Amino acid sequence: MSPVRRTLITLLAAGLLAGGCANDPSEGGGSGGNTIKVGILHSLSGTMAISEVTVRDSELLAIDEVNAAGGVLGKKLEPVVEDGASDWPTFAEKAQKLINEDKVATTFGGWTSASRKAMLPVFERNKALLWYPVQYEGLESSPYIFYTGATTNQQIVPALDYLKQQGKKSVFLVGSDYVFPRTANKIIKAYAAANGMTISGEEYTPLGTTEYSTIVNKLGQAKPDVVFNTLNGDSNVAFFKQLRSAGFTAQTMPTVSVSVAEEEVTGIGPANVAGHLVAWNYYQTTEGTTNSTFVKAYKAKYGADKVTSDPMEAGYNAVKLWAAAAAKAGSVDVDAVKKAAGGISLDLPEGKVTIDGENQHVYKTARIGLIQPDGQIKEVWNSGAPIKPDPYLKGYAWAAGLS
Amino acid sequence: MGTLNQLVIGASIGAVLLLAALGLTFTFGQMGVINMAHGEFIMAGAYTAYVLQPLAGDQAVIVALPVAFAVGGVLGLILERLIIRRFYGRPLDTLLLTFGISLILQQAARDIFGAPNVQVDAPGWLTGGVDLAGVRIAYNRLFILVLAIGCVVAISLYLSKLRQGRRMRAVMQNRQLAAVSGVATGRVDQATFFIGSGLAGVAGVALTLIGPVGPTLGTAYIVDAFLVVVAGGLGQLKGAVIAAFVLGVLNSFVEFWTANGASFAKVVVFAVIIAFLQFRPQGMFVLKSRALT
Repeated sequence: MSPVRRTLITLLAAGLLAGGCANDPSEGGGSGGNTIKVGILHSLSGTMAISEVTVRDSELLAIDEVNAAGGVLGKKLEPVVEDGASDWPTFAEKAQKLINEDKVATTFGGWTSASRKAMLPVFERNKALLWYPVQYEGLESSPYIFYTGATTNQQIVPALDYLKQQGKKSVFLVGSDYVFPRTANKIIKAYAAANGMTISGEEYTPLGTTEYSTIVNKLGQAKPDVVFNTLNGDSNVAFFKQLRSAGFTAQTMPTVSVSVAEEEVTGIGPANVAGHLVAWNYYQTTEGTTNSTFVKAYKAKYGADKVTSDPMEAGYNAVKLWAAAAAKAGSVDVDAVKKAAGGISLDLPEGKVTIDGENQHVYKTARIGLIQPDGQIKEVWNSGAPIKPDPYLKGYAWAAGLS
Repeated sequence: MGTLNQLVIGASIGAVLLLAALGLTFTFGQMGVINMAHGEFIMAGAYTAYVLQPLAGDQAVIVALPVAFAVGGVLGLILERLIIRRFYGRPLDTLLLTFGISLILQQAARDIFGAPNVQVDAPGWLTGGVDLAGVRIAYNRLFILVLAIGCVVAISLYLSKLRQGRRMRAVMQNRQLAAVSGVATGRVDQATFFIGSGLAGVAGVALTLIGPVGPTLGTAYIVDAFLVVVAGGLGQLKGAVIAAFVLGVLNSFVEFWTANGASFAKVVVFAVIIAFLQFRPQGMFVLKSRALT
């Protein structure tokens, strides 16, 4: 075997290893009679750790607060934290472990749709509960998952309504190459066709791509009214840095992003992204005493320089909503909690949040925000009232062909 | 105009590839060590710029260049002294070992600096760009290009003019013969590893200008960097330079000419490299030697 060929084979082997690695910080589980175990399952290592670590933090904060207020049914909550390691089979494996070995009452976890899709059959098979805290592409409604992030009609559709209202006629779609951006863009194209908007381009890049000059060049040639950005993770940093250094500003090439929150703005550098739009249901600046208390508590626990963001708030909400449902049910039994959950309404950082008992999503207010030079996001528009979740977009005639 | 723009973009992609791969032409090319932790030395260089930011303000990137060279170099030296030298001649073991070390370093960065990305401000004079005949040239890309060229010139001077550099080449071409001629090969290995790893640190600083700064920064570049070295020919500086720019330009044009081209361009680049290595498994350039290898 020639040295070069051997080298290539070893490189290939290394690539396979990189895909399959996972660590295993198993925690011993003595089941005390005075505590209720709950699972927390996020990526604490690997490429998604960047986003998921903060959601774990806000969920732990919510558990602290529930415990400080006397716990659930007189028992304290005991979090069992597991690492999904940014690897989808690991998520399924750890979910199984939390359910079988730790016998947790419920689990809060996941970020990417791929991790949720990997965990879904595990929770359905074991008739266990998962609370999933991130906005996603919709078209799903598992009886064993509660979705506390936005579905498409609470984030993407309102964002399109806003753009239409602003007179934007042509849209360029830029996204990461996986299920969420591709599904979101299918919805955007159907909306555009029905509302007299044109799609002036559609580009996908593999997750983790850091080279965007060619796409920026294509944007410059297509000259769209607005760029709809569904890039995820690190790629956003490269995209916005390179968009700016190519001489575009938020005025000459406005973008609206659905996966860039306060946390990502810090990493991109506020100067690189100020003036661009984002669509979420919560910002650190959202008004209300519930939110200012949440922000204050989060900073007190994790540091004054920390920011809060939509997925973190949705994770925090999930814990609070589950605790309320268990209290109402008088039990942590899965079926009892599911039955009690419908109609539960709490005053949470984003405002009033109500569980829709039918599809197990929550009512959420849609908010369009403008990124400020200090890295905070200022709300420029909201839907006025919480929007009823509609994961299959049944209420929209133009969405009839989507599945 | 778009086409001309793509040529410039291709050159700047090539410069980034070259900068990331330069260190590897030493450790992998010259010594044959497959160091999977090389990407984490790049990451360490990027964080060096971040750490220096409170001291140096928006000139951190410039100040960090020599410091990151030292940081990367020392990390490499520690790795070579403690571990790699015990595994010379066992490439598979070295690969697994350094892959494990790269994971440890990533998690260490996560524990020290936190999981989210951090921001390194570019110096004021590196933001923006200039329009030349309808072609946009961003200053930060120009800076990376100049830096890459500067590094190549410095390395080739070192290898041809300095005694240490000539010893390095001697050891690479025939280790036993160099040893019997009185060259302290162990010392030379240390120097080679120091320089190769230091160059990774320099690359890390430059990459803060265009991409994210986070614990997994290095993984985005490591495979491409190995490809450049393999396609160029092991230990061949000239080969690495040509391979980097050919791959950069190829990538940029395929992506530009095809709809949804980013994934497709990667496929084409990989396919071209595989086809090329079928005809020239030794890479573009190869060291001519009479040694029996």
